[in-house]
Formats: sequence, C-alpha cells, structure tokens
Amino acid sequence: MRYAFIKAGPSRSFSDDDAFFRNRSDPAGAEIDIYTGARFKADPTKAAILIELQDECLGEHVDDQAPQNANVLGFARYRNGRDEPSNLVEIVRHSGTKIAAVQAVRELFSAAGLEVVVCSDHVGRIINRLVIPKYNAALRFLDEGLASQADMDLTCKLGLGYPDGPIERVVRGGLANHYSTSKALFEAFGLPSFAPPRRATAAFRRDEM
Amino acid sequence: MTKIIKTVGVCGAGGTMGAGIALVAARAGFATVCFDRSGDTLEKAAKQSIGFLDKSVERGKLDATKRDGIVASMVRTTKLEGLADCDLVIEAVFEDLSIKRELLGQLDAVCAEDAIFASNTSTLSITEIASGSKRPERVVGMHFCLPAQLMKLIEMSPGILTSEEVFGAAWQWTETCGQTPVKTQDKPGFILNALLVPFNNDAIRAVEAGVAEPADIDRAIKVGLGYKMGPLELIDLIGLDTQVRLCEAFYPITLDPRAATPPLLRRMVAAGLLGRKSGRGFFAYEGNTMFGA
Repeated sequence: MRYAFIKAGPSRSFSDDDAFFRNRSDPAGAEIDIYTGARFKADPTKAAILIELQDECLGEHVDDQAPQNANVLGFARYRNGRDEPSNLVEIVRHSGTKIAAVQAVRELFSAAGLEVVVCSDHVGRIINRLVIPKYNAALRFLDEGLASQADMDLTCKLGLGYPDGPIERVVRGGLANHYSTSKALFEAFGLPSFAPPRRATAAFRRDEM
Repeated sequence: MTKIIKTVGVCGAGGTMGAGIALVAARAGFATVCFDRSGDTLEKAAKQSIGFLDKSVERGKLDATKRDGIVASMVRTTKLEGLADCDLVIEAVFEDLSIKRELLGQLDAVCAEDAIFASNTSTLSITEIASGSKRPERVVGMHFCLPAQLMKLIEMSPGILTSEEVFGAAWQWTETCGQTPVKTQDKPGFILNALLVPFNNDAIRAVEAGVAEPADIDRAIKVGLGYKMGPLELIDLIGLDTQVRLCEAFYPITLDPRAATPPLLRRMVAAGLLGRKSGRGFFAYEGNTMFGA
C-alpha cells in the first residue's frame, strides 16, 4: 500500500531516518496520507487519512459527525518521553470511522513490522491513560519516603517482571515531559491521579527558568 | 546482639505461599517446622514441595543428596507447640487482621522471648498485626512474592515498634536464604500492591469506558512497556474475586478512588467470570490455553 507523509515539523513517531518514512510514496499516488503537524484536508477518495497525535484527542482535528471524515484516524507511536519510539502504534478511531479505513491502516503498519492496537478517541489513548497515574503514585511514594528510588524500581523489576522500574523510566524519559503529559490528562479528566506530581512540576519549571 | 536463627517455623504451611516460604528456608539449610491446623493440607503441600524438589533434580539444578537433606530438614505439625523451638516464625495465614493478631498472641505463649515473628501480609499494617503480640518490637513485615520458592523479592517492613536489631536479623536471614530484600515503610500494599492494584483497576475501568478491547489494552502494555503480561491477563490469572478482595482491603484504608472496586469487576464476579479458574474472565480459556488475546 502506498502512503505519503505531509509533514510540517518533526514527527515523534517517525523521524526522517526511519525506514517507514524513507519508504514513503509521492503524495499524488498515495492511498494513505499521513499528516504530521500539517493541517489536514479531507479526501474521501483515500483508503485512510492518518493524523499524528501528541497528547490531544483526534476530535481536536476532525468533526467526527462529518461524512467526509469517515476515513480519518489518529495515530501515535508510543514513546516514553525522550526514549526512542517503541514498536507499538496506537490507532485512534472516532465514532464515525469506517472499518475499512481501520483495516487499511492496520495492514499498513503491520506490513512495516509495527504492532498495532486500536482505541477510541480519548486523551492519553491506552498507555498514557494507564501508566501516568501509576508513575505519579510512584513519584508521590518517593516523596513520602515509602522506599528509596532504587528499592521501588527493583521491586517492580523483581516482583512484577518489568524491564525497568517506574521512577527510572520517568527520569529517563524526562520529568518535564512527564509533567506535560500528566497535565494534558489532568485537564481532560480532572482526576487527582493525573495531576502532575511535585517532582515533575519542579523539573518543568526549572527547564522554563 | 543479633539473634542467631537456626530453626524457622512457617504458619499456614499448607497453603501455596506458606509451602513456598518453607521451601526457601529449608533449601537454605534451616531446620524448618511447617505448621498448619489442617493435617490434610499439610500433607498435600508436602507432596507438592517434594514434587518441586524432584523437578529441580531432574533439571540438574539440585543434586539428589541435597534434595534428601532438604526434605529431612522439614518437619510437619498441626500443633502450635511444635513451633516452640523456632528462632523465627513466619506467618502466612489467611489475610485477616484479627486472625493474624490472634495467632501472634498464641505464639507469645509458645515461643521463646527472643523469637522473631514475621508476617507475610501483603496489605495489612505490620504495626496493627504486631499489636496482637505482647512483644511488638519483635514483629517484622516479610512479604514474599508468589511463588515464593522461585521469586527472589521480599518486601521488608518494620512496624512502628519493631526494634532495629530484629529488623536487621530478619533482613540478614532473607539474604542468607539467597533472597533480595527491599525496605519499605509500613503502608498499605507496601510497594508492589500499592502500585499494582490501582493500575489493574485502571485497566478494568478502561475496558468499561470503551477505550479499547481487552486484547488491545494488554497488547499495548506488553509491546509498549515490555511487560511480560498485560494487566487484564494478570487479573484473570490471580482471579477477579481476588482482585475484589484486594480492593476491599485497600480502599477503606487508603480512600484512594483508584483502589475502589470497579463496577465492571463486581458485575463480572457476580456473573461467575472469575478468570482462568472459571474458564472465563476478560479472556476465555480452555484448559490452559488462552483465547481472545
């Protein structure tokens, strides 16, 4: 399946060096258009149109009630802050997205060796919605003296088989990045568990100074 | 002076956790007294432990002479008095504060004044459990992970009154056994369950909110974060009813909304969808094979 990138800035999912980006087609003959940062244009003749998302939901880009947007989906390759992107692509469908468009996008990414999951249009998609409250809790526990950072990370690795501990992961990805994602989810859901924790807020403010 | 531990007692040794802890102690060369009120469950656990050791021999991880030595070092008793000579008694009885407190009170009457009592609780307060004993300074939290005979991690927690000497001796004992202790404060769920129980609940709530199908949620977590098991698959493994019990233990103490039982979880338990053990939870199972993931 031929696909084109319509870029207006760097992509968090696919850098210019990424094989998937390098194998793109010319926009004229593409069956799928991938927008990264550029303002999207509806085109019902395409098999699918993909809009790269950051922390926002797809609804900020498209009216899901408009029939011409039935082939539009959001996507983001999951990455932890400044870590390299993972092999996972979260595809976001809105309430009016056609199954055929979802299928076309699944095939596109699977053919590129990426793992695909589909979710509905919520801020945080799947992973950030689940891990941000956990990482926030771990940072709060650290502040409260429940255990040392090393012991909390070790506990998660030995007791739960995680490849890395929650604190080391957040620190590696960047506390300021964690702040930004937490803030976006907190604004969307209003739940205290998403509120940026002290350490992340402090790191963000330090970066601003 | 640091207490020298030679003989270890395990209360609730007929259970999966207790039997595993007894294996850890015996494998490290300690005389081990396995106590349980039920002789039948003790016998059953002993057979399973021997089966585990036999497999270790088959796999070349243990030699037969050593296995025989381990088996010989484990004695079984249904009488609490059998624990009288133990330097360290680890309780792994039902997760109920009144039961654990009562047990410690009984151990006071049986064990030596300088014996150390350890609780394997995963959710309850060590300080509250220790209040069942007249010697709370000799009580320490020692939370093993399932299966104890394979998992190295132990969460070690001092209660408010636990003496440094007792905590140090208990810590040293876990290291002698080849385990990896980590120190936590005496707070609900320590580290592991304090992070895991609400996280699992969040995954259930994501299903309920229609964020994604269970299989996609688990796949996202496994691929994106590198976890060996997705949260919903894990809940199916531990049992949806067990997750409810964990929530019911946590929420009243913490009042953390994430720890409250998700309504979908309650409905699934009411429908008899308990996970692997009932053949269906968030996924359907046939025998040990999983479908739907």
